[in-house]
Formats: sequence, C-alpha cells, structure tokens
Amino acid sequence: MSPLAKLLEAALFAASRPLTLAELATLDPEVGEVETRAALAELWDAWGSEDHGVELVEIAEGWQFLTRREYAEAIERAQFALRPRRLSPAALETLAIIAYRQPVGRLEVDEIRGVDCEAVIEKLLERGLIDIVSRGEGLGRPLLYGTTPQFLEILGLKGLDQLPRLDELSVALRPPAPAEPE
Amino acid sequence: MTTPSPMNPVLPDQSGFVVELEQFSGPLDLLLHLIREDELDITDLPIAKIADQFLAVIAELGLNQAADYLEMAARLLRIKAQLLLPRRLGDDEWEDPRSELVRRLLEYQQIRELVDWLQQAASRRAEQLGRGYAPPAPELPPAPLAIELNDLLAAAERVIALIPEPMLHRVVPRPLDVEGATARIQALLAAREEFGWSDVVGGRPSVADVLSAFISLLELAKRGTLRLSQREPFAPLVIRRESAREAA
Repeated sequence: MSPLAKLLEAALFAASRPLTLAELATLDPEVGEVETRAALAELWDAWGSEDHGVELVEIAEGWQFLTRREYAEAIERAQFALRPRRLSPAALETLAIIAYRQPVGRLEVDEIRGVDCEAVIEKLLERGLIDIVSRGEGLGRPLLYGTTPQFLEILGLKGLDQLPRLDELSVALRPPAPAEPE
Repeated sequence: MTTPSPMNPVLPDQSGFVVELEQFSGPLDLLLHLIREDELDITDLPIAKIADQFLAVIAELGLNQAADYLEMAARLLRIKAQLLLPRRLGDDEWEDPRSELVRRLLEYQQIRELVDWLQQAASRRAEQLGRGYAPPAPELPPAPLAIELNDLLAAAERVIALIPEPMLHRVVPRPLDVEGATARIQALLAAREEFGWSDVVGGRPSVADVLSAFISLLELAKRGTLRLSQREPFAPLVIRRESAREAA
C-alpha cells in the first residue's frame, strides 16, 4: 500500500466515527482530495480483497471500520462493547418526519403525529440525531430541524438518498418485510 | 381470546380484543389500529362506529396523555355531527368532512411504514460495531444466596459496631450572641469615639457574628448610645459615640 493509503487506514482506525473524504484530505496538507480519493480506493481494494474480522464500510457520507456482522453477538456476550440503545417508536416516527420534511418545524411534526413532540425532539437533539438547521419565516420564526450525519450513522446509510422514496413505500413494505434475525 | 385485565384500559368485552394505550404512540396510531382491526376502508371511514370505539378506548385514559386523545375524540364527534346534517342533492360545493382526517391518516400510515424501514435499518446497523464504544462496567457476581440468619445478623452487627456514634444533628436554639456583641461594642465605645465595622466583627466574622453585631448596633443606635453612618452607599459603616448621651 502507498504511504497515504496507510495514513488513511491509521486515521480510520483511530476515529470512533465515520470520516468523510474532505476530512481525510486534511490529514496530509500536501495532498488534495483527488489523491486522497485514489488512496482511499487503494485502501478499499486492499480491505475488500482480504479476509478480516473488520471491514471498511461506506457510511454517513464517509468511511468507517466496523466489525463484521457475524461477530457482534460474541463480542457483546463477552461485554467488550455495547450496541447502541434502540430508539422508541415515538422517536422513530419523529425522526422519519424530520428526515423527509427537513427543514421542518415542531408544529408540523406535532400535526403529522397528532401528539406534542417537544420532549421527543429534545431527546433527539441530545442524542445528536437531529439539529437546528435554520429558522422558519412564519410567526415567531420557529426553529427548523434537520437530520445529522449521526442519523445516517445509526441507520448505516451512506446518504439521505438511500432512504426509501415515498412513492415506493407501500409497494416495498406491504406486506411488511420479514422480521430481521435477532 | 384475550382476557381483559382490570388493570388495562380495555374495549367493552363484546369487541373481543384488548387495547393497551401505552402501546400506541398517539391518537392517530390508535385510530389506525382500530381501522386495521376491523378491516375498514380508510378512504370511506364509518365515522360513527370509529368514534364510538375510540371513545370507549380512551374512557380509561391516564391524564398525562389525555389531551392529544381528547382532541382527536372531539374531532371525530364533530365529523360525525357534520355527516348527519342534511345536504342538498347535487351540491357540488359539499366537501366530505372526513377528507382532512383521511388525508392525515394516510400520511401517518406512510410515516409508520417509514418507521418500520428505519427500525430494520437500525437493527442491521447495530450488528456492526465501531470503535469507541466504552465497555459497560462489569457486573458484580451475584451474592451467594445461601446465608444463615445468624451470619447475617452477625455481619450487620459488625457493620454497626464500626459506626463510631450516631450522627445527631445538634439543634442550637439561638446561635446569635447579641449580648456578647453589645458588650464588645460598649467596650469599644468606652475606648474610642469613632470606629469602623471591622473593629466590631474582626477580620473573618461568621454569619452569626455579623448578625449579632448588626442587631446589637441597631439596638444601641435606637437607645441613642451611638450613631451609625455611611459616607455613601456601600461605604464602610462608621460607628460614632453619641456625644449628647455621653455628656449626660
């Protein structure tokens, strides 16, 4: 591997979150995004062709080393790592609305869910899954919310465009997809 | 089928199923559940029936979530009433009062489908671990449960014996020492014609010292033994012997 590819590998190993191409390009001030992209491709090929317990994953508009699925259970049983907490249905509903309507104010979320969402929105802000992205034009200039890279990360998505398109939904999900293996 | 428990809010028995409100994330969720349960057509809702069922379910609602459900109940009843109003045949202006609710239900149904999708995506993602998850604190091994009562009592006694003496809060009826302060001030008055606040209370006074000295000063000033003055707001307090009294 080239020295740059090895540098990227080290940085991705050290980071506890996905790193974007722009972030990786800051590692070496002599090197631009084009070279970084080439080195990343090199690293990608190296990890793709070899058999390891961890893999390089494209996620949240960046890259991250993650353990392979088949080892999660053993690692958890031995208590070496924790899976992230599951989100409540109320939190997921709120996230879904914000993901599709962003930037969106609280009143619109309340309206769609039919319940007051203030507490849920507070919690999502606290967990860093949503953020205040701007202010609306309406009365009182309401805060408008949008999703964060962390949102993509906990869902394992590369970008927002990986969310199902609304017009595909009923076709894709009815009857409900089989429950995932637990 | 299911046995309705008196603990949970339930529909009347004849409807044949139990509804626990905690499992719903809101009134729209509950409505969708009722619609699915009876396999109703969402675009042609039998409002009267749905409204009755909805009211039956929320009859035993906890107060903390009541508002959102009651608002929906009111909405259902209004739609029900609007449907009962007579309307002219061939009235093109007439708009189905259910349409707004149907639109919201369809929208909400879409959100629920997205929630399913998100849930699956999150579960799949959770099968892969990244770096930086701190390991949880190791759980302590379970305590041996085979224990004799005497051992337990002996252990408790050993623990109690280690406590030096019971910690009791000492109640001081009146920590202020106004008499002491008065005596000190009178001694100062005898020695000097004028002195400052810090002469009375010293360098590091306690709250009780300050209060005692202050009450005593006010009392002595009232009696005319001394005069209190400040050159400007927040300036140091100057205590001066009252000359008239002194002469007398």
